[in-house]
Amino acid sequence: MAAPTTSPAAWTPDQPIVQLIDVHKSFGSFEVLKGVSFDVKKGEVICIIGPSGSGKSTLIRCINALVPVSSGTIRVENIEVADPKLDKLALRRKVGMVFQQYNLFPHKTALQNVMMAPVHVLGQDKREVEQRARALLQKVRLAGKENSYPGELSGGQQQRVAIARSLAMRPDVMLFDEVTAALDPETVKEVLVTIRELAEEGMTCLLVTHEMNFARDVADHIYFTDRGVIVEHGPPATFFTAASDPRTREFLSQVL
Amino acid sequence: MDVIPAWFQNLYETTGLNFTVFYDAYDWNRYVNGLKTTLVLAVVTILLSLVIGAVGALLQSAPSRIVRGAVNAFVVVFRNTPPLVQIFFFYFGVGAVLPAGQDQFGLRQPIIDNLQWAVIALSLFAGAFNVEIFRSGIEAVPKTTVEAAEALGYTRIRAYLFIILPLALRVCLPALNNNLVNLLKTTTLAYAIAVPETLYAVKQIWSESQNVMEMMLVLFATYGVLVGVLVWIMHRWEKALRIPGYGR
Repeated sequence: MAAPTTSPAAWTPDQPIVQLIDVHKSFGSFEVLKGVSFDVKKGEVICIIGPSGSGKSTLIRCINALVPVSSGTIRVENIEVADPKLDKLALRRKVGMVFQQYNLFPHKTALQNVMMAPVHVLGQDKREVEQRARALLQKVRLAGKENSYPGELSGGQQQRVAIARSLAMRPDVMLFDEVTAALDPETVKEVLVTIRELAEEGMTCLLVTHEMNFARDVADHIYFTDRGVIVEHGPPATFFTAASDPRTREFLSQVL
Repeated sequence: MDVIPAWFQNLYETTGLNFTVFYDAYDWNRYVNGLKTTLVLAVVTILLSLVIGAVGALLQSAPSRIVRGAVNAFVVVFRNTPPLVQIFFFYFGVGAVLPAGQDQFGLRQPIIDNLQWAVIALSLFAGAFNVEIFRSGIEAVPKTTVEAAEALGYTRIRAYLFIILPLALRVCLPALNNNLVNLLKTTTLAYAIAVPETLYAVKQIWSESQNVMEMMLVLFATYGVLVGVLVWIMHRWEKALRIPGYGR
């Protein structure tokens, strides 16, 4: 019955790097996702927007198997995410995730936070990882904060450590789950700048966000979800100006 | 060198307060050996009970319902019964059923001696409490922190070892501190199966020298100091684990 974890054909970069086909997810009797399908090409930046409770977060949490799907297919490169015999480590090496609440490890310094997973999970050489971690902290403009504990950093700084921590695993896809929602307006910008740079370097990014201006500037494609389905999607140019669905129009009129 | 024995000898002759341990080398040796046994008993049971607590708390969230049930049964059994009864159960009950060798005189030579039984019984007793103490700490670790570890590829056990346990420990140290102090004092129950720990040695001394009151004072002072040292170590540990900008 169970499909093999890897598709027989190896993944090639011209195929979608992330593919969702008719994904359903229920929590008890409540159906959060009611058949979601979309493809993400390598290097694309996808923004998922929509009202609260529309299933945005559940959707991206399904992609790295933090939430198991009820039915449907999710493929990351050639990994079948819904396979019961899924190799979670293989998936999570490919897919990095950044959370709304940063979720840093509070008992470790910024540098240690970035170093931990490559050393503990991938068993990489500590000195080599440390060099990479220092470079990543510099990249997210936190040089000098290596030895600070998360409790000593601002929200925006913590979130940038979280991004560096995720990048240290050298993922192919990054998931951002409302990563600026817990930040104050001034620090939102510093985090968005970091994500934008990442996107410009060609990282495949899926963002759940409420930052409409950011979505307009950075996204290649925008998906609008409401009550568990994708209501409307398109490139930002047409999405923001020519939305046809009344729910999308109403939402946009409220947030823009 | 001989100032202290001389002083206590003089104290005895002038006041009748007979602290034999401090001037009689034979009693002193018995006391010191008792103290050594207590220290071995305390250190080994503390370490074992910590391991039992940490492993038990991990298994409480095991995927297998049988494993979870077994841990809960263990906690109930060892928390709901008196430690002295547990010691008797192991020494007289289990010990009698286990096969035994013979020594050179043909006497029964049990494979587990009374000190080892005391270590086993006391470790399990305190371990059962430690399981619940660690659980309280683990429950205080935000689920989102565990999720972040998962998203980074940590397995359940690696996340427990590197993230959950270190954070849980910081939360439950005060409760752990209490239980370990209790455990240290509960080692005196090993007396009941003739483990020559401090209480046993002191009891021997006072039965021979008829100085119950004086030896009682020595006993109180001894345990007062031992517990004091343990608490000092635990507080040092608490301080060392404090995270800048986290909690207080």
